[in-house]
Amino acid sequence: MLNFIIRRLLVAIPTLLILIVISFFLMQLAPGGPFTSERPLPPQVLANIQAKYGLDKPLLHQLWVYMKGILLHFDFGPSYQYKDRSVNDIIAQGFPITLKYGSISFVVAVAIGVSLGVIAAIRHNTRLDYAATGTTFFAQSLPNFVMAPILIIVFTWQLGWLPGGGWNGGQWQYLVMPVIALSTSYFASIARITRSSMLEVLNSNFIRTARAKGLPERVIIWRHAMKPTMMPVVSYLGPAFVGMITGSVVIDRYFNTGGIGASYVNSALNRDYSVMLGITILYGGLTILFNLVTDVLYAWLDPKIRY
Amino acid sequence: MTKMPRILFAGLLASSMLVTPTLAANVPDGTKLADDQTFTYRLLDEFTSVDPQVVEDVSGSDIVRDLFEGLFNQDADGNLVPGVALEYTTNDTKDVYTFKLRPEARWSNGDPVVAGDFVYAWQRLVDPELGSPYSWFGELMSIENAAAIIAGDKPKEELGVKAIDDHTLEVRLTNSLPYFPLMTTHSSTFPVHKPTVEKFGTDWTKPGNIVSNGAYVLTEHVPSERSVRERNPMYWNNDETVIEKVVALVINDDNVALTRYFAGELDRTDIPSGQYPKLKAEYPEEAISAPRLCSYYYIINLGENGPEYLKDVRVREALSLAVDRDVIVDKILQGGQFPAYTFTPAATAGFQVPDVPAASMTQAERDAKAKELLADAGMGDGMDVKLIYNTSEGHKKIAVAIAQMWKTKLGANVELANQEWKTFLETRGNGDYEIARAGWCGDYNEASTFLDLMNSQSGYNDSKYNNPKVDELLAAAKTADDPQPLYTEIEQIIAQDVPIIPIYHYAINMMLKPTLKGWPIQNVEQNWYSRDFYKVAE
Repeated sequence: MLNFIIRRLLVAIPTLLILIVISFFLMQLAPGGPFTSERPLPPQVLANIQAKYGLDKPLLHQLWVYMKGILLHFDFGPSYQYKDRSVNDIIAQGFPITLKYGSISFVVAVAIGVSLGVIAAIRHNTRLDYAATGTTFFAQSLPNFVMAPILIIVFTWQLGWLPGGGWNGGQWQYLVMPVIALSTSYFASIARITRSSMLEVLNSNFIRTARAKGLPERVIIWRHAMKPTMMPVVSYLGPAFVGMITGSVVIDRYFNTGGIGASYVNSALNRDYSVMLGITILYGGLTILFNLVTDVLYAWLDPKIRY
Repeated sequence: MTKMPRILFAGLLASSMLVTPTLAANVPDGTKLADDQTFTYRLLDEFTSVDPQVVEDVSGSDIVRDLFEGLFNQDADGNLVPGVALEYTTNDTKDVYTFKLRPEARWSNGDPVVAGDFVYAWQRLVDPELGSPYSWFGELMSIENAAAIIAGDKPKEELGVKAIDDHTLEVRLTNSLPYFPLMTTHSSTFPVHKPTVEKFGTDWTKPGNIVSNGAYVLTEHVPSERSVRERNPMYWNNDETVIEKVVALVINDDNVALTRYFAGELDRTDIPSGQYPKLKAEYPEEAISAPRLCSYYYIINLGENGPEYLKDVRVREALSLAVDRDVIVDKILQGGQFPAYTFTPAATAGFQVPDVPAASMTQAERDAKAKELLADAGMGDGMDVKLIYNTSEGHKKIAVAIAQMWKTKLGANVELANQEWKTFLETRGNGDYEIARAGWCGDYNEASTFLDLMNSQSGYNDSKYNNPKVDELLAAAKTADDPQPLYTEIEQIIAQDVPIIPIYHYAINMMLKPTLKGWPIQNVEQNWYSRDFYKVAE
């Protein structure tokens, strides 16, 4: 197992390098640049700015300087849009915010999703199942860009219970609405996957054997059915977790959390190359890491899997 | 984009200016002030910087005007009032200016604000090493050697600005510029504290590091979420400041911002497009509409890549006449905007709106004339027109309406295409279009800030319009005692040549809490200073 983890981490290095190189060239293909604006800069001024950031050098040279910065100083360069800040600043400021509301949303989504799914499966075709399935469908079909403004209208304007947005150091009042809006569609997906997986497991031979042995239902569900049920759920949770902690532009936009999701989209719109690349690397690294975590969890859930 | 005042009062400026009332909250006697003097407002986007020489967006400049103070400020009507400078004198040729600085001005750490701080800041502005996107402003101000320093041909120390002593600043210009003092209200000319900049590098503007000389200091900044600025006790006029704390919240969505305004979280926010009439009816005291120095128009490609049919002025005029501006303004925008028949807005100081024929016709007459012109040009039904705009619901509504007008009135088949902002700018800049949307806000309150775009040499002239007579008149206006008749004449020529289709002149639409007093609604440049405000008890 340890060998497997080390091997995977080693493979991650060239994967990230390839990601950087491809992203670096791809973003240059987008029309316009960081300093394209409604009022074009005088040529001399533009030349000075490009020289300051080294954008006047050939692309390969820029890539070399960029890679050197990362490898030697862990420096992801300056932001071209927000001139008082570096990419490191932007990530260091935005990522912890997203990580916090993302992780809480993840825990909430897993808790609600798995519970709903399991209840629906063990009470298959009863009113409880219909209620759980109905809730899931409703939650799944309510996009967060619709839900976010509704939450603000209800909880901020009408009831006056919660602040309409912001972060303020991540106090709980500021977390409630982002967490609801972010976790809803995820818990719906988790519930659906859990329900169908659990139904399949409950119909399998080893469960029938367990029942034939006269084991109590509680033991059957928790000791025997739960682990195999979680296999497809876990494969969904890896990427879902990365998706949640790397932020959602919708959450950042409507609740103005200051999270990194909005920075990512804005950097693309502003052609803020270094920020775009920095966050891409972060996302890439996290995706690789959590795919690995998922694989390790597989081995734990299913002893048949050997690496 | 930031704006700067110019020429407006050029004729009125005497060669020496003495102290007039300074900027401060003018609270009438007997007013009961609110206990909580916190002003909270909404920002659409995160500002680019609060470094005076680096900032380039409107919301960043608004903050910089609170944190720093330059030589002069603007009052509620846009007039010049003393800032760090008490007065100035100039020579007969108006190319050397001497500013007397107030001795009591202090930085937030207690250091005195001296002439050398301005010298340092202005050298910094044009220093190629800093790479300021506003370095061209130094050139526009005609400061001696600015252009050469930007080009890297001279060291920044040779800039024509000198500290005669700690409280006397001398500026030498390359040519006569009667309105030079008006340019010193622009944020890029504000002083910075050299020891702080040198100590912290690009981190100097962070809360905790920053040292500023305005009425407020930056105390908190969570990018894309909030920034807080609080009273600077060292500010020379601190006794007359009322607002204790200013909070700027970044709220990207217009409707969310409005909801939070109603929830009492904001004192000021923008009104989402199309909602002004409804809000004005429900909240007559809070919904405000005021003219702004901006024009919305379509540009026609007259360059090499432009299509043949648009080279015929009759076709261009027909397209312009067929646009029913009243429908756009009254039915789509509904925010107190003004139908446009000239490029320069009527609200521009001193601008005499010319009597262009289209303005005085009824729409039926315009339509009839448009059809006639098109028939003369030999363009019957089925003319193909391509119109591009940058992706936005607002631009789309207008484009769809205009396409429909062209179709029903002129029988044109209009192909609409929207493009993402930077892609759009690239397409338009490269001349790969037929007709494209455009918008322009004045950098200063004078017609040349618009009309200079019509200069064949202008880098902003994306329609590639080229009329030597216009270039000649623009050049003459630069040195004329009274340039206004020349501007009027230029507008008349533009109305004949139709390189652009003016559509409307902007209005600012905002919700402002009635308890907040002192907002400069009359200032068409909307340059505001929090130290002018105060909140009254409800």
